[in-house]
Amino acid sequence: MSDVAHDASEFAPPAELEEMELYHPKTWIGKYVWSQDAKTIAIQYAITAIAIGLVALVLSLLMRLQLGFPNTFSLIDPSNYLQFVTMHGMIMVIYLLTALFLGGFGNYLIPLMVGARDMVFPYLNMISYWVYLAAVLILVASFFVAGGPTGAGWTLYPPQSISPGTPGTDWGIILMLVSLALFIVGFTMGGLNYVVTVLQARTRGMSLMRMPLTVWGIFIATILALLAFPALFVSAIMMLLDLLLGTSFFMPAMVSLGDQTAYDGGSPILFQHLFWFFGHPEVYIVALPAFGIVSDILSTHARKAIFGYRMMVWAIVAIGGLSFIVWAHHMYVSGMNPLFGFFFATTTLIIAVPTAIKVYNWVLTLWQGNIRMNVPMMFAIGFVFTFINGGLTGLFLGNVTVDLPLSDTYFVIAHFHMVMGVSPILVVYAAIYHWYPKITGRMLNDTLGKIHFWMTLLGTYSIYYPMHYLGLEGLPRRYFAYGDTAFISESSQDLNAAITIAAFVVAFAQLFFLYNLVRSLRKGEPAGDNPWEATTLEWQTEHTPPQHGNFSKELPVVYRWAYDYGLPGAKDDFIPQNVPPSNVVYETDK
Amino acid sequence: MKNNMQNKSHSIRAMLALLTLPLLQPVMADELNLRQGVTEISHAIYDLHQIILWVCVVIGVLVFAVMAYSIFAHRKSRGFVPATFHENLKIEFVWTIVPMLILIGLAIPSTATLIDMYDTGGEDLNIEVRAYQWKWQYKYLDEDLNSSFSFFSSMSTPKDQIYNKQVKGENYLLEVDNVLKIPVNRKVRFLITSDDVIHAWWVPDFGIKRDAVPGMLNDLWTIVKEPGIYRGQCTELCGKDHGFMPIVVEALPEAEFDAWHLERVSLEAGRVEALNSTFTEEELMAKGEEVYVTFCASCHQVSGKGIPPVFPGLDKSAIAVGDRDEHLRIVYEGVPGTAMAAFGKQLDAAQLAAVVHYERHAWSNNSGDITQPKDVINLFSAQ
Repeated sequence: MSDVAHDASEFAPPAELEEMELYHPKTWIGKYVWSQDAKTIAIQYAITAIAIGLVALVLSLLMRLQLGFPNTFSLIDPSNYLQFVTMHGMIMVIYLLTALFLGGFGNYLIPLMVGARDMVFPYLNMISYWVYLAAVLILVASFFVAGGPTGAGWTLYPPQSISPGTPGTDWGIILMLVSLALFIVGFTMGGLNYVVTVLQARTRGMSLMRMPLTVWGIFIATILALLAFPALFVSAIMMLLDLLLGTSFFMPAMVSLGDQTAYDGGSPILFQHLFWFFGHPEVYIVALPAFGIVSDILSTHARKAIFGYRMMVWAIVAIGGLSFIVWAHHMYVSGMNPLFGFFFATTTLIIAVPTAIKVYNWVLTLWQGNIRMNVPMMFAIGFVFTFINGGLTGLFLGNVTVDLPLSDTYFVIAHFHMVMGVSPILVVYAAIYHWYPKITGRMLNDTLGKIHFWMTLLGTYSIYYPMHYLGLEGLPRRYFAYGDTAFISESSQDLNAAITIAAFVVAFAQLFFLYNLVRSLRKGEPAGDNPWEATTLEWQTEHTPPQHGNFSKELPVVYRWAYDYGLPGAKDDFIPQNVPPSNVVYETDK
Repeated sequence: MKNNMQNKSHSIRAMLALLTLPLLQPVMADELNLRQGVTEISHAIYDLHQIILWVCVVIGVLVFAVMAYSIFAHRKSRGFVPATFHENLKIEFVWTIVPMLILIGLAIPSTATLIDMYDTGGEDLNIEVRAYQWKWQYKYLDEDLNSSFSFFSSMSTPKDQIYNKQVKGENYLLEVDNVLKIPVNRKVRFLITSDDVIHAWWVPDFGIKRDAVPGMLNDLWTIVKEPGIYRGQCTELCGKDHGFMPIVVEALPEAEFDAWHLERVSLEAGRVEALNSTFTEEELMAKGEEVYVTFCASCHQVSGKGIPPVFPGLDKSAIAVGDRDEHLRIVYEGVPGTAMAAFGKQLDAAQLAAVVHYERHAWSNNSGDITQPKDVINLFSAQ
C-alpha cells in the first residue's frame, strides 16, 4: 500500500535539463486545421464523432418509428429499415464510441495526465485524424450511392452481406468495407502514439502505478484495439476480394436467388470467428476507457481515494486479456461442439469476476465519501447503475443453454445497449461535464446539465427495460414487422409504441446538451484552473485551457498517486500529484 | 382517416403502458417471462433461467441498496467527513471468491443441459430443414430414398396486410402455406442447412434454435409431448425479407401422423413412378396444361400471347418451335437478367417434360416432336 500512496518521493528536484523547444505553429490553419497539437486533434476527433453520432441517433429514431407505429410512415420499407439498423450500429460502435474514447479523450487526456508536452509522434497523430475523417466521409457517401448503404447488419455476416438479397450490395457494402479498413489504418497511427506516449513520455515520478485510472483504461483499451482491429481489417479485405474478384474466402458453394454462384469452398463461419475475435474485445475497447474515467470522476467528486487502486489496475489488465478468449459466445447458435461452447461459456463467466471487482470497488469508493452531487458525478453514478444492470443480464446470455432462447432477440438488444450503449454514453457525458472547464475555461450550465441527465437516464431506462420483456417473449431482432398473435402477446405492440415515444424524449434531451455546449463557450461561468479541486496533473497546468506544450517551462514532477483526497491531518482535502511532501500543509492544532 | 385514429389510440395506449409498467409488472409477470415451452429441454432452460433471474435480483438489490444508501447518507449537504480507507485485502479476496463460486454453481447445471441438447442419437424420424431466401424446405428422410419427400413452406400472409391495406389476420406474419408436421412422443431429429445465406431455425416452445449455414449441416432434436400448433421464426439476418419467413410446426398424435406420412410417401412413389414412365401425347398435353396454368400463365398468359415486351408470347415463338433441348434449358435454368426464372428446382422431370411438350403443341404451335421425362433426365443428368 505504502509505495503507491503517500510516501515522499525519492526524486530529487528536477535537474535543469534543456527542454527541446516545441515548434509552435504561426498560422490559423496550422493551429486549428493541420494541427499537430494532441488537444486540437482531440477536439477535431470529438466534433467529428459527435456529428456522425447524431446521424446514427436519427437513424435509430427512424427505426423506432417503424417499430412503434408499423407502416404508418411510407418512407420506411423492409430494405431501408435494415440499412438504418446497420448504419446505426456500425456508426455508434466504431465511428462514435471508439473514435471518441480513444481519439477524443485519449488524445486530450493522456499527455496532460502523464505530464507530457504532447503525443510522442505529433505528425502521425495529425494524419490519424485526417484518415479517420476520410473513413467517416466514405461511410456517409454510402447514403448517396446507387442502392444505398449496406443493410447487412453491423456484423456484416457473409454470404448475405455480399449477395443480392440484401439491400446495398452494389456499392454500400464496398464503401463500408473500405471505410472500415481506412478507420483501422487511421486508428493504428493514433493507437501506437497513445501506447508509446504512456510508456515513454511520462514525467519524472509518474510511475505506472501512479497513473490515474483514466490513463490505464485508455492505455489497455488501445493495446486491445491494436491487437483486435487487424482481425477486422483482414476480414474486410478478404470480403472485398470475395465480392470484387470472386475469391471464396467466406463464400461456400451456394445459390443466390435461385441461381448457382461461382463460389466454392469458403467458410462463412470463418468470418464469424474473425469478426468476433475483433468484436468482443471491441466491447472492452469502449468499456475500459469508460471504467477508467468513471473511477477518477467518482473519486474526485466523492472526495475519497479510489478503493483498491491496484486491484482496479489489475482488473483492467485481466479484463483486457480475457476479452480475447471469449469471442465465440456470440456464436452459440452457429453450431459448435458442446465442449467448445462450454469453454467459451466458462471464460465468459470468468470475465465477470474482475468486472464485479470493479463494481464493488466503485461502490466502496462512494461508501462514506463526501459526495458532491454535481452533474459529472450524477452521470458517473448513472453509469454504475446502468452497468450493473447490463452486466447482470450478461449472466443470462453468457450461459450457453439460457442464451439459446434469448439469442438474436430483443433481450440481446436490451443487454448490449445497456452495457455498451447507454453506459459508455453516460461516461462520455460525465467526462465532458467534468473536463469541459479545462478544455474551454468555462463551466457548463448546471441546471441544463441536470435536466439533460434526468431526461437521458429515465428515458433510456424506459427504452431498454421493456425490451428485456420483449426479448423474453420471443421478438427476434432486425425484424421489420412483428406478428400479433398468441406467440407474441398483444401488449408487445403497445410496449413498442411506448419505447418509441421514450426514444424521442431521449433524443430531445440531447438538444439541452448541445445547446449547453455552445452557450457555455461564451456565457459559461469562468472555471479557473481547478474547479473540481482535483489532484491529477491536467488540473495543475498554468493556463486554462492549456497552451501548446501543455505545461509551462518545466514539466511537473510527480510525488504521489492520483487519489490523495482527505489525507488525514492535511489542511486541504486534496493534494495534487505534483505537490512535494514538504509542501503539504498540516493542521497543527489537531 | 382510420389509420390516424388507430395511431392516436396506439399512442395513448403506449403512454399508458409506459406510465403503468412498473405497477403492472407483478400482474403481467407470467406473460412477460420466458416461455416455458413444451419439451423437457425447454423446461430445463426455463428452470435455469429462473435460477439466474433470482441470483441477479439478489445481487442487484444488495449492490443498489448499498449505493443508494451511501449516495443519500454520505452526500456533501450532510457534511459527512469522508473516510480514508482505500484498500482491504480481506474484502477484496472475498469478493473475488464469492462471484467465482456463484458462477461455477451456475455453470454445472447449465453444462448438463447443454450435453443433453447435443445428444441427437437414437432418433425416430429425420427431417432435413433447408433454408432459402425467404422460405423453408422440409424433407422427410427415409432410408429408402424413393420414400423421401419434401415440400416448401413459405409465409402465407398477404403483403397488403403488412402495409396496412388489409385488416391483419389472426396469425399475421406467423402463418405458412405448408405446415411442418411431426409426431408427438417421438424423437425427431432436424438436420439444418441452407442453400444460400445463413438463416436460423427457431421454435421457442421446443427450446431449440440453430443457424442454417450453407455448406454446413447442424442438427437438433426434440420430443414434443403435447399435440398442437407451434410457431417460430428465422432469427439470423438473411436479407431484406428476413422478417417474413416464419415457421409453423404441427405436432400430431402418432397414429394421425403415421397416416399422413404414409399418404405422402405413396404420393411420392407415384411421382417417382412418373419419372420412369413413357406418356402418350394426350397425357403429356393434359399434365402440361396443368403445370402451365400454375407456373407459367401468370406471365406468358393462358393464351400463350404473353405481355410483350416484358413477357414474350410463346405462341409461334422461335423457341417454342425451335430446338427442343434449348427450350428445355431455358425453362430449367431461366434467362439471367430477365423475368424468366429457373424452374429446374421447382419442377420435376415429368412436369418439365409435360410443360415443354405442351408449349410446343398448344395454340398454333406444332413442332411435331414428343418430350418424355427421360429426355429431361438425360439432358440434365450431368448436372
